[in-house]
Amino acid sequence: MKIIVCIKQVPDTTRVEIDPKTNTLIREGVESILNPLDTFAVEAALSIRDRLGGTAVALTMGPPQADRILREAIALGVDDGALVSGREFAGSDTWSTSYALARAIEALGPCDLILCGKQAIDGDTGQVGPELAVHLGMPQATYVRRFREVSPTSIVVERLTDRGFEVLRVPLPAVVTVVKELNEPRLPNLLDLHRGRFAELKRLDCKAIKADPEEIGLEGSPTRVVRIFSPESRRGGRLYEHDVDAGIEEIVRFIEKKGLL
Amino acid sequence: MNRLRIDHDNCTLCELCIAGCPFEAIEVAGGRIVVNEKCTLCGACLEQCPAGALSIREKRGARRDDTGDFEGVWVFGEVAGGDVHPVVFELIGKGRELADRRGTTLSVILLGASLDMPVAALRGCPLDRICVVEDPLLARFRSETYAAALAELVEQERPEILLCGATSMGRSFFPRAAALLKTGLTADCTGLDIDEQEGLLLQTRPAFGGNIMATIICPRHRPQMATVRPKVLSPLAQRKGNDVRVVRLAPSAAAVASPVEVLEVCVEQADTARVAEADVIVAGGRGVGSPEGFQVIRDLARALRGAVGASRAAVDAGWMGYQHQVGQTGQTVQPKLYIACGISGAVQHLVGMQSAGTIIAVNKDPRAPIFRVADFGLVGDLHVILPRLTESIARKRGERRP
Repeated sequence: MKIIVCIKQVPDTTRVEIDPKTNTLIREGVESILNPLDTFAVEAALSIRDRLGGTAVALTMGPPQADRILREAIALGVDDGALVSGREFAGSDTWSTSYALARAIEALGPCDLILCGKQAIDGDTGQVGPELAVHLGMPQATYVRRFREVSPTSIVVERLTDRGFEVLRVPLPAVVTVVKELNEPRLPNLLDLHRGRFAELKRLDCKAIKADPEEIGLEGSPTRVVRIFSPESRRGGRLYEHDVDAGIEEIVRFIEKKGLL
Repeated sequence: MNRLRIDHDNCTLCELCIAGCPFEAIEVAGGRIVVNEKCTLCGACLEQCPAGALSIREKRGARRDDTGDFEGVWVFGEVAGGDVHPVVFELIGKGRELADRRGTTLSVILLGASLDMPVAALRGCPLDRICVVEDPLLARFRSETYAAALAELVEQERPEILLCGATSMGRSFFPRAAALLKTGLTADCTGLDIDEQEGLLLQTRPAFGGNIMATIICPRHRPQMATVRPKVLSPLAQRKGNDVRVVRLAPSAAAVASPVEVLEVCVEQADTARVAEADVIVAGGRGVGSPEGFQVIRDLARALRGAVGASRAAVDAGWMGYQHQVGQTGQTVQPKLYIACGISGAVQHLVGMQSAGTIIAVNKDPRAPIFRVADFGLVGDLHVILPRLTESIARKRGERRP
């Protein structure tokens, strides 16, 4: 079985803040990390490969230094890493990102299962997985929390819905996006980290993946960001420390006023 | 050559662009501003530059739809458990406004097997048309068939704007539809507007965990597609009883064919679990102390007809299920009222709930970071405070309805 796990390098958004004076992003000390939600997809790829045999390949698109997350995935146990990179990909939105990833997956040869995290913590769109499935002509299962069965030809999965869950049988190849509930990602040891650091990576540019230059990067992206601004920042309100009862009264009044009673 | 261009004649070297770049892609070298390979063309720096010295170069002749050929605003009418999802009424309110400003019509699109009940529920709404696409193979939601059936209809009728709730269903099949239609999609919008000059849909959404807001357009492709978070738009104020035209359409056999089989659909969650749909969420964290401790959280949630949320700590400890988890690795929620109990307020939690209308925090530690975002803070033991709050709410309600 050949599994491809799509991962993304993201700024550690928990550390991105806006300077209230200059209204700009404070980027000091903000490092780039493997998208935390992708760690569950990597773990799923490894555990399925370990059970059924075959290979697991990590794929990402990004600037040259995104190779770090591929090395991290290799340290965790994936067999190979592929980086789609080049200036021509800059400015890609979800449509052209998924297009480029689809072409890269085709360039890597036939595969059985494609895994993604449910979304990335910088964009939070969750769109690349389903769009990738369309570009590859594959069915999909999103928000998967459990693999009930995995065979070389199909999977049976539980996927979360807003009100519970559904059980789907999906023929392979397919695209699956996963949630945290699925597993507990393993940690690499020192030896693994060393292996990751010196692993040979596949580097793919527009030509190598046979992408149409008009469909990638800014040109290929239907959407444009026209404005970025900081949300109205929240400020702490009144703290009731020794007069909690007064606070409770105030809160009940507020809840009534808001029509939530 | 990088497509981010710097007009060095106008650049004052103020370095605000450097501060504004989320990717460390701009630096000073040889006494001028330069762009390195980390640039993703996100455009964040353009806003920052007071001299207007930055621009992104677009190549000419890129593919475009004949945008003038598309007309009408469509809302996808999600049906959940036989009922029209509440977000649909919110979208109809906004959709009406957008359609009026564009001088065009508003339609709701329903997909399913037997849709008489949803049609009846929508009849009184300020709509021009309800499109009913019925087929036995659409009885159960599958991303493949819903996306294909919707895309097919869009290709026939060519609407200019297409909206859907950012629910689990919407977030699963709308991206498929956008990919099939080769158009842009903006996820999880919290604001929609029409640009006065070009008539484009301005789609505003949080990014970077709610730390920044971005406004996005889809200038050259149609339809302009967006998913919108439930509970963010105001619900439809009045449902006028005008006569809505109902059009029934059959999808093609190819559109409703999918190799995916739905083996089971389990509606296992009580109302208290549906954090994505709740007006009020009462959430517990490490400070709750035990699974039994969540009883006071549940009691307050019930009193407010809200849902129960949990921090990652409480979920990882096994006190609550994952579907309750709010935060970076759980769900992002935007209820009208969020009550955080025994949650210290780690950034990973804050990014999942800081867009809530009002935040109330209950915590023993007056220095807990959660108080910095809370509109009301109560310092003390939640096991003492919450029962009193629940009781006060019950009493108040009793006074109102004697």
